[in-house]
Amino acid sequence: MQQVVQEIKNLSIGFTSKKGEQISILKNISTTINKGETVGIVGESGSGKSTLALAMMGYVKHGLFTISGECIYQSNDILKMKNRELENIRGRKIAMIPQNAGQSLTPNLKIGYQIDEALRLHTNFQKEDRDVKISELLNKVRLPSPETIAKRYPHELSGGQQQRVAVAMALAGSPDLLLLDEPTTGLDVTTQAHVLELLNFIAKDTGTSMVYVSHDLGAIAQVSDRVIVMYSGEIVLDGPVRTILKNPIHPYTYGLLKSIPKLTLSGLPNSMSGSQPQPGTIKEGCSFYDRCEFAEDKCKINSPELEFVSELNTSVRCFNHKKLHKKKDEDTKSSKKVLRKLTKNEILDISSVSISYAKQKFIEQLLNKIDDTNPTVKDINIKIDKGETLALVGESGSGKSTILKSIAGLIKAKDGIIKFDKNKILSNDLKKRDANYLRAIQLIFQNPDESLNPNHTVEEIVSQPLKLYFGLSGNELKQKIIEVLKKVRLGEFYLTRYPRQLSGGEKQRVAVARAFAAKPDIILCDEVTSALDVSVQAAVLNLLQELKVDFGTTYIFVSHDLAVVKAISDRVAVLYQGRLCEIGPSENVYKFPSHPYTEVLLGAVLEPDPDIKPKLVAEDIVEEKPPEKGCSFQGRCPRLLGQICKTDVPPWQIDENGNAIRCHIKINDLKNQQMSN
Amino acid sequence: MLILVLKRILLGLITLFIVSLITFVGVEVLPGDACTTYLEREAYGAALEACYKRLGLDIPAYERYVSWAIGVIQGDFGYSLSGEMKINDVLGPRVKNSLVLASASILIGIPIALLLGIITALWRDKMPDIIISTFTIFSMTIPEFISATLLILIVAIWLEWLPGIVIVPTGASVSELLPNIILPVIAISMIMTAHMARMVRSSVIQVMASDYVQMAILKGVPYWKMVFKHVLPNALLPAINVVALTIAWLLGGVVVTEVVFNYPGLGRLVIESISNRDLPVVQALAIILASIYVIINLIADLLTLMLNPRLKSLQIKK
Repeated sequence: MQQVVQEIKNLSIGFTSKKGEQISILKNISTTINKGETVGIVGESGSGKSTLALAMMGYVKHGLFTISGECIYQSNDILKMKNRELENIRGRKIAMIPQNAGQSLTPNLKIGYQIDEALRLHTNFQKEDRDVKISELLNKVRLPSPETIAKRYPHELSGGQQQRVAVAMALAGSPDLLLLDEPTTGLDVTTQAHVLELLNFIAKDTGTSMVYVSHDLGAIAQVSDRVIVMYSGEIVLDGPVRTILKNPIHPYTYGLLKSIPKLTLSGLPNSMSGSQPQPGTIKEGCSFYDRCEFAEDKCKINSPELEFVSELNTSVRCFNHKKLHKKKDEDTKSSKKVLRKLTKNEILDISSVSISYAKQKFIEQLLNKIDDTNPTVKDINIKIDKGETLALVGESGSGKSTILKSIAGLIKAKDGIIKFDKNKILSNDLKKRDANYLRAIQLIFQNPDESLNPNHTVEEIVSQPLKLYFGLSGNELKQKIIEVLKKVRLGEFYLTRYPRQLSGGEKQRVAVARAFAAKPDIILCDEVTSALDVSVQAAVLNLLQELKVDFGTTYIFVSHDLAVVKAISDRVAVLYQGRLCEIGPSENVYKFPSHPYTEVLLGAVLEPDPDIKPKLVAEDIVEEKPPEKGCSFQGRCPRLLGQICKTDVPPWQIDENGNAIRCHIKINDLKNQQMSN
Repeated sequence: MLILVLKRILLGLITLFIVSLITFVGVEVLPGDACTTYLEREAYGAALEACYKRLGLDIPAYERYVSWAIGVIQGDFGYSLSGEMKINDVLGPRVKNSLVLASASILIGIPIALLLGIITALWRDKMPDIIISTFTIFSMTIPEFISATLLILIVAIWLEWLPGIVIVPTGASVSELLPNIILPVIAISMIMTAHMARMVRSSVIQVMASDYVQMAILKGVPYWKMVFKHVLPNALLPAINVVALTIAWLLGGVVVTEVVFNYPGLGRLVIESISNRDLPVVQALAIILASIYVIINLIADLLTLMLNPRLKSLQIKK
């Protein structure tokens, strides 16, 4: 019999709507967390997963209240405890590691003080012992030179370091249970892989139970023993990690897994239609009914109960789960990807472009020159053919978005020339660009909440490029808007809606429609799917792909998500610190990553499969500036040759597959070294 | 850091220069001048010219400006026109009077404002908040000439507790002033406190909703400790600038209140000298008021810089 750390019984949490109705965000949740177990709670935004995690600490957000049920910790209901009792449990028995450590550390207090505070509250150590303990904790989370870190303020640390501090703070009270709320979301891929590895180590080392809340099945797969899948405030699936991820017997999980782009598969993932219902809109029947491909009539009227399937040791909330038993994830991917036609029809030629963020000095402003020997982005040479999808990948600070902005004309390049359509030079000053070139290059931003004017209706938003570039008006304009919206699968009734009345996926469709309304030749996509839920992401990717087939548009696609990039791109350019490392056809780059940095990046990608572990080959040090001399990756390179890497900029080398890399090591030697690992 | 301070001081000086130019030009282009006001109906012919000559108004404007500016830099504002006394002597007691009134209001008003703001934020939507917020919104919306007049009516006329208006000579000592300024201070504090309390309230509420406060709660930090260590230092930072602006406003003379209570401060001097077309006094006042704003804002910015670790290290990096 396993020892239970916390038991949740029939928990419902909700709020009172403006109409006075009681609306549940969590519906009748029952589960247990056992000692030493790591439970992953997965779900899309709005599924109630964070509310559940917070309730396990007896914390209910402003405006929400417990409708029924209890969270039992050491035979007491944590939800009914007084503040005084909670203060003795929080941080000491149950500790939280927050999503955004950068914002969760108090800005005016030093790191050392914040950890010391937890120690003072939850241990009986004297001052000297606490100082030793602070260093021990910072050491444990593998932060370099703990004494210096302790004296810093939160904003003086990098994102990965902040997250490690949050882990150290949570461990200060040696809790029985650690709650982690999206602890790696927002971190770079390599940093994320390192933090997860650290968490796994801590779980083993201390025997602490963990509840890991995330929307990222890749991260969940790496840390969890057991996975709970939540949908619309309910548990729809609860079982061992391998069963959930390899034989998902709930239609939602099944669809979700298929909608995730994976490195091991080619082509675009299948998208799931629709989106999660708003709380309070489902009155009867299964909440997944609208989106379910296995739904029957009874699903609309009756709500399924959580049913235990003993042979799989899994609980599932579905009448038809048997249909999904043993259903092998047959490769339904109908390789929708259209391979680049090898026409040498160059549409954009970026040559020797350098971009500097350094502030111009007064004299330089007069001379209209920037004197920066070590610019943020340096020496970028890329040629893009018509109809091609080129992806720019790299960690934050790699300059990928900067390059995109300079193509769009939003940032002036310091040096270099960008040519459009073979010989037309694009001015680096937006104001000097011809209207036709402005039309030809359109930009789609990461966050549609910020890129769509909240006071404009969808009609007004989409009409702007049509009025501006084509001078349309009246009925003609309206017809065109409807036509464009139809292309992104939005019906006529969306015309009068405001952005706030749309879901995340719909908003991004409007942004896509606005870009396509200009009939552009090139569309620059800046992390267009990162703000979206997984199931919606696949739909937007599919849409972009279809539009590309219809219009022959060229995409330059910036993303930090390597699996997404693999699914959509023809060619990939890998950037580190604003310098190109590798560029080549994506099939080849992913199959035979040659450059050490590409190898590091790909190794850190998390697959939603507990049996595929990330390969951590380099330290996740954060470099603030590119090195003055030599190779940009010298600071982290696992295959550093020696002095030459520090003094000379590596030459370009091309292999037989068309991958070009910048490295001092011979390309074939690199491949042999990788094979032998 | 030093470069930054010097930069800000330079900017302040430029501001003052522009202010002096604008007031000079403004007074110049307006119809009427000291002589026409002084001589009234006899302002014509020889009498007017003699007056111009006596006051130096026959010299071209730019020359007058230059010689005046040089005087100001040396700390001499010249002579007033109407009273024909040294402006420094006119301003001296007024500045002192305004300082007394402002200091009293600041000492009473700001602590009350902070306290009310914090209380309303911590008991948000509960009884203390509802009562205090109603009161603050009420006293914010009533114009000060009405609240001041009401105060006189109730406290001075009906209850006869305090004198209704200030009857002291301009050069009265601080101890003579103090019993007289109770009503003006109450009138000023009411409106000032209300504004600041609302500001502090929203700032504290915003910080209370932040991720780091939630984290502190989940870390098991006791409530009041959390308030003092995690909430207030961060919530009161933006308040510094508002406090600074309020102080500058107070020092610059609270025109309406001073007039209602007949208080001999800077505010009343502004009104008096404008209606007398006393150009040199108006100019001197403009420079003094602008300097007060510039200096107080400079202090507030530097204070914010020193208290906010984020800005501090940014500056050091540069």
